Amino acid sequence: MTRMLGSDAILRSLEAEGVEIAFGIPGGAILPTYDAWARGSGVRHVLARHEQGAGHMAEGYARASGRVGVAIATSGPGATNLVTPIADAWMDSTPLVCITGQVRSNLIGTDAFQETDATGITLPIVKHSWLVQDVEELPGVMKAAFHIAQTGRSGPVLVDIAKDVQEAEFDFRYPDEVDLPGWKPPTKVHVRQLREAAAALLEAKRPIVYVGGGVLNGDACDELRRLVELAGVPVVTTLMGKGSFPDSHPLNFGHPGMHGSKYGNWALNKADLIVAVGARFDDRVTGKVSAFAPGARVVHFDVDAAEVGKIRHAEIPVVGPLKLALAKLSDEVRALSPDGVRPPAEWLRQLEEWRELYPYKYRRADGVLKPQTVLETLQELTAGRDDTIFTTGVGQHQMWAMQYLQCDRPRTFITSGGLGTMGYGIPAAVGAKAARPDATVVCVDGDGCFQMTAQELATAALERLPIVVVLINNGWLGMVRQWQELFYDERFSNTHLTHQVPDYAKLAEAYGCAGFTVDAEDELESALSAALECGRTAVVDARCDPEEKCYPMVPAGAAAVDVLEMPDEEVATR
Amino acid sequence: MIHTLSVQLENKPGALARVTQLFARRGYNIESLAVGPTERPEVSRLTLRVDCEEHSLEQIVKQMHKLVNVLRVLELAPEESVERELALISVAAPPDRRAELLALADVFNARVADLGRDAIVFEIVGRPDVIDSFEELVRPHGVRELVRTGRVALRRPSPKPTRPRQHVLR
Repeated sequence: MTRMLGSDAILRSLEAEGVEIAFGIPGGAILPTYDAWARGSGVRHVLARHEQGAGHMAEGYARASGRVGVAIATSGPGATNLVTPIADAWMDSTPLVCITGQVRSNLIGTDAFQETDATGITLPIVKHSWLVQDVEELPGVMKAAFHIAQTGRSGPVLVDIAKDVQEAEFDFRYPDEVDLPGWKPPTKVHVRQLREAAAALLEAKRPIVYVGGGVLNGDACDELRRLVELAGVPVVTTLMGKGSFPDSHPLNFGHPGMHGSKYGNWALNKADLIVAVGARFDDRVTGKVSAFAPGARVVHFDVDAAEVGKIRHAEIPVVGPLKLALAKLSDEVRALSPDGVRPPAEWLRQLEEWRELYPYKYRRADGVLKPQTVLETLQELTAGRDDTIFTTGVGQHQMWAMQYLQCDRPRTFITSGGLGTMGYGIPAAVGAKAARPDATVVCVDGDGCFQMTAQELATAALERLPIVVVLINNGWLGMVRQWQELFYDERFSNTHLTHQVPDYAKLAEAYGCAGFTVDAEDELESALSAALECGRTAVVDARCDPEEKCYPMVPAGAAAVDVLEMPDEEVATR
Repeated sequence: MIHTLSVQLENKPGALARVTQLFARRGYNIESLAVGPTERPEVSRLTLRVDCEEHSLEQIVKQMHKLVNVLRVLELAPEESVERELALISVAAPPDRRAELLALADVFNARVADLGRDAIVFEIVGRPDVIDSFEELVRPHGVRELVRTGRVALRRPSPKPTRPRQHVLR
């Protein structure tokens, strides 16, 4: 037990949790805690330029490291600026502890300067939250916050701490255990359901393992691979699941969903058994739910019981931690087939044929740079590197990144899936770099996204967290433009950004980074190489064809099996 | 179909808001909600009535279990539980109608909570359907104001052929 201030206790709690880094911005109501930082702490503080940036950095850190991300901000606007990252973390199950200052206890409820009801505003998008008005509660709350963020289905929590609590002196002792009688995420898996799942997997003629981000969050990638190789069954991974199973693995049949491959969508939709693992049948994957995989039975593995049967009925529900569940499923499969498993050979041949027939395709054209070419070149240049982590914004560039970048390791593709947060890419890359200083961190961004969080280039430059931003600059809010072209009779309402304003390379230089502008294909490789080699934060402004559309595409409301490919005349003429 | 849920909730700031917010956000309509203390000071009990399909009910219960302050959720089937409600009904009662109203109240075991020159406030505790009947019968006399607590319910300890349905209990 040590006598100290609440502010110091916050930092001692972070240290006790093994936190190495926190991302934030100071302000009035959190000043005492920043003063504690001035007194010294083992926790590095990264000063962001906007609280949204700090939140996404904490997310990028969490996704790259598998640990809890920590973001810190002041009350009022500081807290509201954290709302987007909190919602993002909620949708993608990213473990996050957000700490916000609150006005003094005696001012709470009076509409004081920079007062906002932070716990109220975030109520629907946190696993749990606390408003701390008594310093004695602080250590227990901090312990509980970290526990809840990372157990069960991971996600964000918020700790809102009144300023007078930070200033109060008390006897600090960090608890060894949490006291949360209402928080009991599953730790076991029912054997009977595992047995049924194993039998179903072995009986199926056309099985598919449908893998989502839960496998990464549940640290179950090795167990997944062992199961898949044991049973010889094909896999598709969602956008969030990318990297959980190697993209280059022969049993990986790519990504299903709105901009997934035709073969990925067909593999999922024409299966007779879907083994969903840490995936939630999101509408971007299923398309029209009533037409989704009509011939399939479903085995659904998830740590969150509420996901099982939410969208699609699961004939065999398996609730529990995925690492344990998948390991035990392998045991059951082995027990049921003592002479070895016979893989579904005919189905695999069919899937391979589709993969051959329907690759991602586009056509290069003279005098215009295609976004897909940029990504293909980036893929070639980074393939030889030991360790590359990609982050993205949201939109066409994100979908092309999913299609053309090959991720063979877990936690190397970091993107905003559920919330679809434009501007996620740059700060997430800074956070990923903080988590993995030895990795090459590349943010594939769009010009619309870039302008939402570009200020964090300053953070990257000054905090020595160098990232490479590959900007797919098509001068438009490209995905919106694509929808306007296809579904709104080409009425391009308010989507034109221009290629030239701002001058991205100059802007990068203004932020203390290196800037490159690429107008033509022959300048591409040298610029990308230079950016990857320079050791500084760099922005490569690749000015691309504004008319290029992202295919394949499942139109909203259509059956996923009716995925549209790029029309032949476009492939032929452009 | 209307379902009755009995929820044990930690008696902590914001706990009730988390439950009601969940219903609002997922689009479920609460028919009635009663909340109060239990035999344990640190625990409150909510009795919630919700009109939804079986599939939605399962979702509601699962989502509620994820709330950190929620300790236990039980669905109470009518035949397996004791359900009560309290109503206060202010009825117009000029002197020439009083006798009739008091006789009616007697049949229903309703008490007179207050008696004014031209109105009576009845207090009635009972099964919700009995309160419905009483309300129906006094309505022609002129109901001035009415308030019902929403029902509260507990599982019957008396032996029953079937056990109450328990959703994924922890």
